[in-house]
Amino acid sequence: MTTRRWIMPSLLTLVLLLAIASIVVGRIVLGWNVWLDQDAIGRTILLELRLPRALLGIVIGGALGLSGAALQGYLRNPLADPGTLGVSSMAAFGAVLSIFFGFADLHPWILPLSGVGGAIAGMAALFLLAGMAASALTLVLSGVILSAIAVAGIALVLSLSPSPWAAGEIVRWLLGALADRSLDDLIISTPLIVIGAALILTSRQALDALTLGEIGARSLGIDLGRAQWLLAGGVGLVVGASVAVSGIIGFVGLVVPHLLRPLLGAKPSSLLVPSAAGGAALVLAGDVVVRLLPGGSEVQLGVVMSLIGAPFFFALLYSMRRQVT
Amino acid sequence: MKIDSRLRAVELTFERGGRRILDSIAVQFASGSVTAVLGPNGAGKSTLLGCMVGLLRPSHGAVDLDETPLVSLAADERARRIAFLPQIAEISWPVDVATLVALGRIPFRHRASDAENEAAVRRAMQATRTTQWSQRTVTSLSGGERARVLLARVLAGESDWILADEPFVGLDPAHQFEAADLLRSLATQGHGVVLTIHDLALAARIADRVVVLHHGRIVADGTPEAALTPPTLREVYGIDAQWVARERGTPLIAIHGRHAG
Repeated sequence: MTTRRWIMPSLLTLVLLLAIASIVVGRIVLGWNVWLDQDAIGRTILLELRLPRALLGIVIGGALGLSGAALQGYLRNPLADPGTLGVSSMAAFGAVLSIFFGFADLHPWILPLSGVGGAIAGMAALFLLAGMAASALTLVLSGVILSAIAVAGIALVLSLSPSPWAAGEIVRWLLGALADRSLDDLIISTPLIVIGAALILTSRQALDALTLGEIGARSLGIDLGRAQWLLAGGVGLVVGASVAVSGIIGFVGLVVPHLLRPLLGAKPSSLLVPSAAGGAALVLAGDVVVRLLPGGSEVQLGVVMSLIGAPFFFALLYSMRRQVT
Repeated sequence: MKIDSRLRAVELTFERGGRRILDSIAVQFASGSVTAVLGPNGAGKSTLLGCMVGLLRPSHGAVDLDETPLVSLAADERARRIAFLPQIAEISWPVDVATLVALGRIPFRHRASDAENEAAVRRAMQATRTTQWSQRTVTSLSGGERARVLLARVLAGESDWILADEPFVGLDPAHQFEAADLLRSLATQGHGVVLTIHDLALAARIADRVVVLHHGRIVADGTPEAALTPPTLREVYGIDAQWVARERGTPLIAIHGRHAG
């Protein structure tokens, strides 16, 4: 118990250090004296590029970590993650559709809200396909189906669009990144993510009670229908708003709760906030790494996360294979 | 604190898939006693318990807790009054024992202070002698140990009523007796205890009253010896059995085998 008390402060310190690294590191390394110097370029890089990027890393990483922990708790399955379950892909599909039909230009809120719509549709389809007490196999297959539909939809819509950069756009959505986002993106996505996070946190008692299964939870007075709505809405908002800004960054929600469980215990509610902090740390770290990799152009963050996350998913599935078959 | 409570089913009928699982059940349970619900597989025992704890909604009829229809109680309130131990012990995460037992306090999350909740968890763990495992993960326990922990979870609610579906399945005889004695002592303290059970001898040992279900109807109701008569046992289970003696207050039953013809 004494070690557990140190986890949260340690995670927050890590997030702070990585945020500083994210601000400093890049093609141009910013010095501590960027404020004091009358260096206009340095200031512009700091305020327009690095700071929004670091803050987005915190917000989006936190969103992905939190939604992963919530989905794992609700579905009672450590394989759940908005990426592996196809919720992120559906969010991206929703966002891409709003761009294709031109709705996104009408108002800055339309794009993130379309992402939210896609994510909620994804959650609804997931509940329909897999239900609550789904086996790992059903869950993984549901994710495969949803991802396949969404990815094909994204590719189709972008290929049909008149943009000469369609292929690049497809990659940009499927393998997300934090590069070249502005403070406006942050300002629009953050409120949606905060509301979603609040909805998720409201369901924490239900997540704990579900440790005893559906019947156990209901006998403890938990309204599972309400919990399902809270989570569909909460995860939808959190994932939809973050994917609309960054594209799909997979596996964060899968890896982080899994790493924290041995340290904090498996009680679902006690993993929610630490997973948000852990997610922020992981995304910030990944975003620093993509800038340090050699090569002409920057590697997409989604590539790095998948390179870390997919083998992790493989190992997890392998260790669970007796339950899966 | 003296508990004086009645849990009553009125004209309780439950249908699923066109099949009538419970057929106009009328029964009243009183606090301060142990009632065992017996009957062959598929007789409707678990369904009756599910309706009595408010998890299943009857097709007709109602369940009242002290004259208040169960369906009109808020889920939290109902869970504070009636604790339920399901037959299938699902534990989804390898949480430690103290955390699992504390789940029993969820209905009190807005009602009791942390100190009160912790004290109730401590009492439940002492009563079930599970305190020594409080920091162990549930998944590292044996089946019998886990059953005691799950019972502790139910006791942590300190509810008026404890309804348990097959609480002794998977326990060796010593642990069966231990769990039975614990439920017995709860009834002595004033709680209402209702459980389903297959073991006739154990039912006779633990229960003040036996209700026998057959094809969704109550076919016998009384003390173990009065309810489990040889004709009833023959009709319900198709076995030949009889009461042979009383030993230290506990009636003994001799089961001769399946009824021939």
